[in-house]
Amino acid sequence: MDLYEYQGKQVLARYAIPVSKGAVADTVADAVAAAERFGYPATIKAQVKVGGRGKAGGVKLANDRAEAELHATNILGLDIKGHIVRRLWIETSSEIAREYYVSLTLDRAAKLHLAMISARGGIDIEQVADEDPDAIERLEIDPVNGLEEKEVRSAVERSGIDELARDGVVDVLLKLYRCYIEGDCDLVEINPLILTPSGDVHALDAKVTLDDDAAFRHPEWSEFADAEPDDPRERFAKEKGLNYVGLEGTVGIIANGAGLAMSTLDVVNQVGGSAANFLDIGGGANADVMANALEVINSDLNVRAILVNIFGGIVHCDDVARGIITAMGRVSLSSPIVVRLDGTHAAEARDLLEPHLSSTLVREETMLDAARRAVDLAQGPQG
Amino acid sequence: MSIFVDENTRVVVQGLTGSQGRFHGVRNRDYGTKVVAGVTPGKGGESVEGIPVFDTVAEAVAETGADASFVAVPPRGAPAAILEAASAGIALVVCITEHIPAKDEALVYNRLRREHPATRLVGPNCPGVISPGKCNIGITAGEIALAGGPVGIVSRSGTLTYQALHELSQQGIGQTTCVGIGGDRVPGTSFLDVLSAFEDDPETKAVMLIGEIGGSEEERAASYIADKMTKPVVAYIAGLTAPEGRTMGHAGAIVSGSSGTARAKIEALEAAGARVGRSPSEAGEIMVEVVHGLG
Repeated sequence: MDLYEYQGKQVLARYAIPVSKGAVADTVADAVAAAERFGYPATIKAQVKVGGRGKAGGVKLANDRAEAELHATNILGLDIKGHIVRRLWIETSSEIAREYYVSLTLDRAAKLHLAMISARGGIDIEQVADEDPDAIERLEIDPVNGLEEKEVRSAVERSGIDELARDGVVDVLLKLYRCYIEGDCDLVEINPLILTPSGDVHALDAKVTLDDDAAFRHPEWSEFADAEPDDPRERFAKEKGLNYVGLEGTVGIIANGAGLAMSTLDVVNQVGGSAANFLDIGGGANADVMANALEVINSDLNVRAILVNIFGGIVHCDDVARGIITAMGRVSLSSPIVVRLDGTHAAEARDLLEPHLSSTLVREETMLDAARRAVDLAQGPQG
Repeated sequence: MSIFVDENTRVVVQGLTGSQGRFHGVRNRDYGTKVVAGVTPGKGGESVEGIPVFDTVAEAVAETGADASFVAVPPRGAPAAILEAASAGIALVVCITEHIPAKDEALVYNRLRREHPATRLVGPNCPGVISPGKCNIGITAGEIALAGGPVGIVSRSGTLTYQALHELSQQGIGQTTCVGIGGDRVPGTSFLDVLSAFEDDPETKAVMLIGEIGGSEEERAASYIADKMTKPVVAYIAGLTAPEGRTMGHAGAIVSGSSGTARAKIEALEAAGARVGRSPSEAGEIMVEVVHGLG
């Protein structure tokens, strides 16, 4: 789960990493009130889960009440790469002497944790990474050993960070590593990490991604889960606990396993159709999950045909068949269903479906034939 | 021959008394696998359909001579279960558990590498290892596989592994071994490990590689194929039409910017001399041609 900047800063603050005082605001009036409370100059920042907001006009400095009102009005509702700004973060502006970059993430190839440190932080860090990779110091961390202060210190020295800032940056990195490990973050990135003229080191931005698989040991994460997806289909799917990604096409897709679901999208595309969604019913799919999946797809007005592609392993095909039959009794499905079932309990599933087969419930033997049939039905005379 | 397992492999199922462990453990046994023991702490002395249950892996090994483990334990307990198996001297640990936190996987991987270098972990979040007619550890439905070789399969995706087995078996092409390495971020066994084992296995004459978007394992596999493999490789990569920035089910399956795209992986594999099918069935058809051309 990606966090908004203000949520990321809450996580950093829990590990005693210095961040600016601030408040969230969803209206212009609240934004102005917050700016008045923290004093000017105040920074008004769009809260969106996408990079490049500064360049898109989503971060502005306000020197007085009138400017705070103007910037808040302009930024709320702004479209930044398809993300509409609905929330602002207002914080005390900081004086900046230097901008650095620090992050921690997993190096998948090395199977080690990786700290990255650069004396050239700021909005152009990606360009720095492309043009001058040596300007980013990389420190691999063996999870068994953890991070030692002397290693961090020598990496910070190698990175060319100013001497005045080194103690502060080392301190932030040690705290950030604890935050990354104990906090089960997939990514923690501070860009920029600033040095103020008075010598303080301070996180001016925060990009934090949490590992959803670790939610069971982080009850405190429930406060972050409130943000609802914009897409109503995705909201509905989330309520039903389904792994769903909305797309633009006309063939609704239900498959088990991420690989097979992706492959089903590809094959539908290949035979001339377009997928309305990605939906992986996962490994624990029972009849109820299947019925929920069909309901979510049925709520998508673009869908003209539904393709159910199941290769049973841990999933039992007969459970899937029962789910289809249950769903057809529970909701009035507006599109025909094409089913392909193989693997665990496939024969039982075919027997269960047999008496229900009709023009609106069709079974095909192979994935390719099922995709062709679904695409034909989606492009048929209806609509 | 086969890789990692054979007809003599003796399997202990960790979590045999749970619903997953029982269903798949018994099914593996019924397939003909030597499932000799189960382990569930506190349930030592019980049995599941005739398979004796022990409190610890060490006891199971001492009593039954188990040399492989099938970990069917929920995410909270799976990391400790894997390490327990390694400590008991198990050579092959197959873990099907999904949703293990990435930090735990990274720690387990590095502890195994350092403290138990003789233990191979396959997974987590994988369908398992099957050598048709000899041994099936995991959740693959044994009847979709066909014994006799000559193809080895390695796959990063669960259900696509079954699809690949099915495509080949339908065409009458058997498999030596099929290894599902899993789609998590820190898999115990990589494409490279399996490719090199197939390269060394005299009965494997060609290899099917199933990949997906995200990470750079397919690109690393491509370098290995170009530099080291003498056997033909046919590949399929899922996710050509996956949108950027959206995680497609697996933690690892995401295209971010230009990295991790199916297009880049396909190009790398083709440049390395592998033939890449645009769908699982096309990859199956290409493999039929390759096998018929082996002479």
